[in-house]
Amino acid sequence: MSAVGAAIDARKAAGSGALIGYLPVGFPDLATSVDAAVAIAENGVDVIELGLPYSDPVMDGPVIQKATQTALAAGFRLSHAFDAVQQITSRTRVPVVLMTYGNPVMQYGVDRFADDLLAAGGAGLITPDLTPDAATEWLGAAERTGLDRIFLAAPSSTDTRLAMIAEKSRGFVYAASTMGITGVRSQVDSAARTLVSRLRSAAAERVCVGLGISTAQQVREVLEYADGAIVGSALVSALDAGGVAELARTASALALGTRLV
Amino acid sequence: MGLRDASGPYFGEYGGRFVPESLIEALDELTDAYARAKADPAFSAELVRLGATYTGRPSIITEVPRFAEHAGGARVILKREDLNHTGSHKINNVLGQALLTQRIGKTRVIAETGAGQHGVATATAAALLGMECVIYMGEVDTERQALNVARMRLLGAEVVPVTAGSRTLKDAINEAMRDWVTNVATTNYIFGTVAGPHPFPAMVRDFQKVIGDEARQQVLDLTGRLPDAVAACVGGGSNAIGIFDAFLDDDGVALYGFEAAGDGADTPRHAATITKGRPGVLHGARSYLLQDDDGQTIESHSISAGLDYPGVGPEHAWLADLGRVRYLPVTDAEAMDAMRLLARTEGIIPAIESAHALAGSIGLGRELGRDGVVLVNLSGRGDKDMETAGAWFDILDEK
Repeated sequence: MSAVGAAIDARKAAGSGALIGYLPVGFPDLATSVDAAVAIAENGVDVIELGLPYSDPVMDGPVIQKATQTALAAGFRLSHAFDAVQQITSRTRVPVVLMTYGNPVMQYGVDRFADDLLAAGGAGLITPDLTPDAATEWLGAAERTGLDRIFLAAPSSTDTRLAMIAEKSRGFVYAASTMGITGVRSQVDSAARTLVSRLRSAAAERVCVGLGISTAQQVREVLEYADGAIVGSALVSALDAGGVAELARTASALALGTRLV
Repeated sequence: MGLRDASGPYFGEYGGRFVPESLIEALDELTDAYARAKADPAFSAELVRLGATYTGRPSIITEVPRFAEHAGGARVILKREDLNHTGSHKINNVLGQALLTQRIGKTRVIAETGAGQHGVATATAAALLGMECVIYMGEVDTERQALNVARMRLLGAEVVPVTAGSRTLKDAINEAMRDWVTNVATTNYIFGTVAGPHPFPAMVRDFQKVIGDEARQQVLDLTGRLPDAVAACVGGGSNAIGIFDAFLDDDGVALYGFEAAGDGADTPRHAATITKGRPGVLHGARSYLLQDDDGQTIESHSISAGLDYPGVGPEHAWLADLGRVRYLPVTDAEAMDAMRLLARTEGIIPAIESAHALAGSIGLGRELGRDGVVLVNLSGRGDKDMETAGAWFDILDEK
């Protein structure tokens, strides 16, 4: 079974659910981004989602846009991502998946990307602009390497598409809590609960919810019905505002939402 | 089998749909609605009626002999899309998509714009049909096309300056897509060019092919034969595919797309996507793209805001690979010279975008000589470019 799946299942077996934390590689610089990923792993995050900076991130809101564009301006290269994964996985057993838009993977070469990610100790890919029906080459590479392939589902997805997404995903399905982009929201949309339930009917093995989750209370709410809660912008803001120390405190506070009440 | 009317989602290995799952349902809805509209005579009748009573279709053709003296004495004929209501070809596509928006039952439209021509056209259609309208425009473009920003606001649209990335057309598209992902239940995205995810490349082409359908017959009526060459500027490529489509299966007609070469295609500052780029994915489709080794989009540069785009429509990428259309670079300086030349010889001020096609036609005319006939798509008028032209030619009085 995938390391990501095992990490989520371990939390479910304990009667709770997983906390998945997003941070971009190379922000504010490569070394700090590695320390930051290790820090959230040491403070209650069960799966690290490492974002690959990209010039045209259409699914990202202002916080993540600013961080990834800063990383690019500071000279981020794709090869740095594999270095970062290697360093992180040598310091923590928490699995690391990359979140990346499609074009960098295609330009690097899908098979070569998968091989290098596997060699670095990475567990899989989250692909926000590659749906399973547009990802033939990546599906093949994932099959060959055993990497997890995590596709997104949206409240607007039809039942037919949810079935396809559930079937083609491995590790978990990323359920978008709302129609929208990444960013902090005061409430997690009630659409999330419905979508998770529809994905379960579509036989999804594990469903984690992301977009707009930024507090321990929201993590707890989401884990009432989902297998994991994904937090991004709130962690990036903490890292931006107060460095790794502040980030560690934020992760630790968010992880309280995974404790049983 | 002919090349005309390729329906997508793929044009050869180009095109497709590389978008967030949140948009798939909206794109499917649009694809279905467009297929139904296309089959409904009432829809095309309404488009024809608006073309005749609102846009001013058919647009005329104008032969320009004094300009042609500088183009080897060949016959040069302009298709006058600059005379359309709102000043460019963009209105053709916008009216089609706005009518489609009504059919889907959505009440809010969004659009990206570079030069502001597509934004003005969208704001115009929204005013005409009583729809809420938000236009995303790169901050750099809002400055160099300030007049069009004022036009859009006067028409009742909200104009949002985009401050992300290179602050030009590419970033305006990103921001419009983010809006669409968020507001898709109420909002239709009126995309301005033949790029983007399926169904946009084929649908926008269909709404623009009226240009070539009219021009082909008009040239036949005027000269008794088909042109030797057809020239158009290519940014995303909507005016170009609009005039090319009718000629795609006419083997004797050479087709030329002129890309913006900025300071020069061999300098770092250009927008010559097919000339200098390689295949990749941007804004939902696979096509030629200006990108670095890592697949990061490289910022484009052109004096013309409407051509300042690092991508190009997938049908153009396909036609380039097939060799059916030749895509050649034209620099800022060559385009500006052609703009002034047309103004001084014929009393027509073209948009800087269209001036790239005019510059290209000079070389084509010289190759063809006196027996040649060159058809040029004059896709827009130059009123919006007076600030840029004033600075370039240093023809403004000091204050």
